Amino acid sequence: MGKRKVVVPGEVIAEGDKLPGEGTKKKGKQIIAMRYGLADESAKLIKIIPLSGVYHPRRGNMVIGKVDELTFNGWRVDIDAAESAFLSLTEVPRFVNKNNLEEVMDIGDVAVFKIQGVNKRGVDLTIKSRSLGKIDEGIIIKINSNKVPRVIGKEGSMIKLIKENTGCNITVGQNGLVWIKGDKIDNELLAKKAIIFVTKKSFISGLTEEVEKWFEENKPSQTKASKTETKTKSSEKAKKSEKSEESKESEKKNEEDNDKKENKKEKKK
Amino acid sequence: METPTITANRIRQYLLEDKRFDGRDPDEFRDLEIEMDISKKAEGSVKVKLGKTEVIVGVKMGVMEPYPDSPDKGNLITTAELLPLSSPRVERGRPGIESIEIGRVIDRCIRESGFIDFEKLCIKEGEKVWTIFIDIYSINDDGNILDAAAIGTVIALKNAKMPKYDEKEEKLLHDEHTDKSIPLTKEIPLSLTIYKIGDKFIVDPTREEEDIIEARVTIGSYEGSISSIQKGEESSLTIDQMSEVLDMNEKVWNNIFKQIKKHL
Repeated sequence: MGKRKVVVPGEVIAEGDKLPGEGTKKKGKQIIAMRYGLADESAKLIKIIPLSGVYHPRRGNMVIGKVDELTFNGWRVDIDAAESAFLSLTEVPRFVNKNNLEEVMDIGDVAVFKIQGVNKRGVDLTIKSRSLGKIDEGIIIKINSNKVPRVIGKEGSMIKLIKENTGCNITVGQNGLVWIKGDKIDNELLAKKAIIFVTKKSFISGLTEEVEKWFEENKPSQTKASKTETKTKSSEKAKKSEKSEESKESEKKNEEDNDKKENKKEKKK
Repeated sequence: METPTITANRIRQYLLEDKRFDGRDPDEFRDLEIEMDISKKAEGSVKVKLGKTEVIVGVKMGVMEPYPDSPDKGNLITTAELLPLSSPRVERGRPGIESIEIGRVIDRCIRESGFIDFEKLCIKEGEKVWTIFIDIYSINDDGNILDAAAIGTVIALKNAKMPKYDEKEEKLLHDEHTDKSIPLTKEIPLSLTIYKIGDKFIVDPTREEEDIIEARVTIGSYEGSISSIQKGEESSLTIDQMSEVLDMNEKVWNNIFKQIKKHL
């Protein structure tokens, strides 16, 4: 990782023998920033890691979108980009009755798509592949699409950490829409909070440890504490009994060691 | 993006346990922040923040001819505008039905409660009266602009100062303010909205929640007397549900009134 510096559009990042990468432009001998973000210099190449901005659809991206309109030969999909996206009938891996498109997907339904191509008319989508298709349960949240790499982490480390801690299934679309599915709504909301935490702290190094710490603070008491803490601050006993109840629950899901120790102590008592 | 069906299902499911996504109780408002006097030129102005929702309300006064049916009374004109910067779903151009409704609901709440003493706003009967313009602008839309605007309107009116009026030349002196405030009565009307999702009632929805509401009842009231009421969206309410709405409104009213009292 090279040096990183915040740049604004029009700013001269470097002069001389460098190659312009993503988000930059070469003008004469100067390399000029085209976007607002962090300039990343590695060897000869200079690129910009954007800090804000909208999602630009690219071929091959996996995105999550919501069906907005049914047409005679397909579905118009909102993928939260400036361009409108379209899923053609021929891109569905099953037989579809043309008069009954809503059988497959109705307005308001969400699905995971792959971008097949981007042209002047818009974005063409497909669901002809494994792990693509309609989503039937869970919640959808929106994050800045530029933070998607941070939420996924290096080789998926961050998303794996969140999945393990919440027991939820998480799919991150490149367009910044995230699908969270868990067996309990509380867990889904915990995952949502964790993802929002990651996007807010995305600039600090050692984020994974930070998130682990965050989970330690927020997880064990997440479901009950937020409400009971304020009410039962005075009555310590009530709190203790609640804790043990919770740790029994959490033991099943093999959570942190701390809780187990506490539980054992109380059993001894 | 409007709330997708699956998220909507989850919100309804969670609400059955009287829980909401952001951890609030059904009758709990988000954090209310009020910033006073944000405009130098306006007679009174205020910025209201409800969570991420942001609304500015300005009060401006002018001198106009009275309406033929009320020659000795002042005028009140309320306009709301949802700005494109507040939400990706608002476009420039003619005001949509949402913004017209916000303006009308708030206008009715203020007018029918008798908050403003219109007779004292008369300068010369049949010829010249004061006109109060209330302008509402949305800065950021995260749901419940209606209540944020209503809270802002009351505070802006209460803190507004009358402009100077030259009686000899019968001219209004802009940019010069007297110490007098607008003639108001004691009752402070607050219009608050109760929203219905499934069989549950909530207040102060976020954008996510407001997208899936089935009915809403806006009640303008002061100290227990109702002055205006407006029902919106397609779902109906039973008599029992209506009394539940009224109880909830009273509770929320007291709560909000406590919070804004220091600005009144």
